[in-house]
Amino acid sequence: MNKPKALKILDIVTVVLVLGATAMVFFYAPLERVMGAVQKVFYFHVAVAWVGMVSFFVAAVAGILFLIKKNKKWDLVEVAAVEVGIVFIFITIVTGSIWARPIWNTWWTWDPRLTTVTIMELVYIAYVMLRQGIDDPDRQARFGAVYAIVGFLSVPLTFFSIRIFRTIHPVVIAGSDPSAVGTFDMTPAMLQTLLVSIFVFSILFVDLVWHRIRLGNLANKVDELKYKLQD
Amino acid sequence: MEVIIEVRNLVKRFGHKQVLRKLDFTVQKGEFVALLGSNGAGKTTLLRILSSLSKPNYGEVQIGGYYLPGQAAQVRRKLGVVSHLPLLYGDLSAEENLKFYSALYGLVDIQKNMAEILNLVGLYKRRKDLVRTFSRGMQQRLAIGRAILHDPEVLLLDEPHTGLDQDAANMLDSLLQQIATRGRTIVMTSHDFPRVANLATRFDVLYKGKIHSSKLAKDLPQHGLLEYYQSIVEEIDGGGGKHNGE
Amino acid sequence: MEEGENIMENKTSFRKAMFAIIWKDLISELRGKELISAMLVFALLVIFIFNFALELDPKTRSSLTAGILWVTIVFAGNLGLNRSMAVEKDRGCLDGLLLAPVDRTAVYFGKSIANWIFMLIVALIVLPVYSILYNTNIISPALLLIIFLGSEGYIAIGTLLATMSIQARTRDILLPILLFPVILPVLIASVKASAGILNGFPFADIQTWINLLIVYDIVFTSVAFMVFDAVVEE
Repeated sequence: MNKPKALKILDIVTVVLVLGATAMVFFYAPLERVMGAVQKVFYFHVAVAWVGMVSFFVAAVAGILFLIKKNKKWDLVEVAAVEVGIVFIFITIVTGSIWARPIWNTWWTWDPRLTTVTIMELVYIAYVMLRQGIDDPDRQARFGAVYAIVGFLSVPLTFFSIRIFRTIHPVVIAGSDPSAVGTFDMTPAMLQTLLVSIFVFSILFVDLVWHRIRLGNLANKVDELKYKLQD
Repeated sequence: MEVIIEVRNLVKRFGHKQVLRKLDFTVQKGEFVALLGSNGAGKTTLLRILSSLSKPNYGEVQIGGYYLPGQAAQVRRKLGVVSHLPLLYGDLSAEENLKFYSALYGLVDIQKNMAEILNLVGLYKRRKDLVRTFSRGMQQRLAIGRAILHDPEVLLLDEPHTGLDQDAANMLDSLLQQIATRGRTIVMTSHDFPRVANLATRFDVLYKGKIHSSKLAKDLPQHGLLEYYQSIVEEIDGGGGKHNGE
Repeated sequence: MEEGENIMENKTSFRKAMFAIIWKDLISELRGKELISAMLVFALLVIFIFNFALELDPKTRSSLTAGILWVTIVFAGNLGLNRSMAVEKDRGCLDGLLLAPVDRTAVYFGKSIANWIFMLIVALIVLPVYSILYNTNIISPALLLIIFLGSEGYIAIGTLLATMSIQARTRDILLPILLFPVILPVLIASVKASAGILNGFPFADIQTWINLLIVYDIVFTSVAFMVFDAVVEE
């Protein structure tokens, strides 16, 4: 039951990378002219948002694979991806709030991205509640897969619907909407820091999901042994 | 005699809990098999798998020459199922319930068939009454009527006497006897030993996820059913083991 | 009865099974009237609650009508869905449907079309009632179209999720938790389109929302009937 060597190495690499990225954010990336220090939240905020959404995509794909192949391991991947996704998106919302407060003078806005991301979070919390409300493990897995798929499909549709309202969310990369407050142009150093952050959080994602899958497997083994004992 | 139900190596797990462990079960055409076992032995699970409502984790199930789960539609056509839930719509009349299920089974000659069935189960007079006004006994009889609408070769009953008083149970039994004589194969789970002793032609003991013994009615002494069951269970538990059934 | 006298097709035809289920639901409902009356009373109560909660004077009211209508429809619809699927589960009737040699998809469409009809009936009563209560005619073919499209998407995914929720322990509270975040696109599009119609906006503006509604309806109905099997088969 020991941690596989690869995971041990990955753990160390992840820690190093996260520290490195943090250092980059604070020391390498230049201070933004208008927004100042708080802008530095941006790098991790975007990274964690992006990886969080990929997380849910992974969950939906795992759900589809589970329904087709009926192999329990896909169910475990799905659960792990959802749980990590929930955490990452929560961090997205909180860091978004931290950024918003000094810039837009509000903790919350109803702009499309923030709203959609929060709805997405609610969908996956509903996912967890669905699974918790079902006792039969096979049914839990099937229903989870169905909802992971349905939930993921609804998110882009929600986004488009809300987008057709006006937005005040900074449109950083794609062109510029002059009415978008808080937009800024990125220097190469900033871009590098952003890309590194995204990369680092992807590694963190893999590390966490791997740990979660291991946890799930161990829990399964315990259950198995429990039932063997009962006989 | 032709084998109509063939189950081999059946395994069913709920999570890590093994309910059926490499179960084998064979039924010949025309037999009336009583599956005996205490609660939790796996009777309902086995019946759900046979009725195509549940899929096994492993093993082969063949009914009337068709395999489950691959040829489920063909198997369903040959099966009639009665569980302890009525499977009837309270807001519809007896007639309407039968009409609905006739349509679901793609039957063509609906009216005549329905009238025959209603007469058989003794509910013709109440055919226009809503099912929620029926007593439990009447509902069970109608449920049996529903189950044989499409003239299935096999009838599966899961503890059909549950919740019935003596009179209703007796009526049910005479109905079952009538149906049995038409060459149908019947598999019934029960833990009502005295009642089942008079109905079945064969008794199988389901204990700890396997069928451990099978005895023909004619080989069993009068009133010897309970003893037979207990002796099998004791044997499996290794003499001195506790029996946790009725 | 001799063998072969009663002719059966190998698998009962999809159409036949679906229509049988719709017929069964409609007749049941006609008898008991439990579902529609509950949905109706609830809808009217919601409108009354809004009246007091929102202080609707004639000026502000017109911009809020669309929202009030759709909130009412969403909540009443939730009630109906819960009830409709719970009935199947409680008397074991869902098993009865699954035991028959019918396509599971036919069961899905039968139930969802029946649910849809109930929702439309409720909406069709709520509209004139609202008009009377606020002395303003809100009924128009365009609005009816939006209600038609919006409720379809709602019911398509709602029937799927309700089939799951009634099999869970936390049955009643689970359906809205699962359903509401996922039907938001339908709600948004329906409200925006309805508001546009009620306020007399040019059709071109409303067109976008109608398109979104149609896309949503197609996407979710397709997904729902494709995965329905996983939700009913053990």
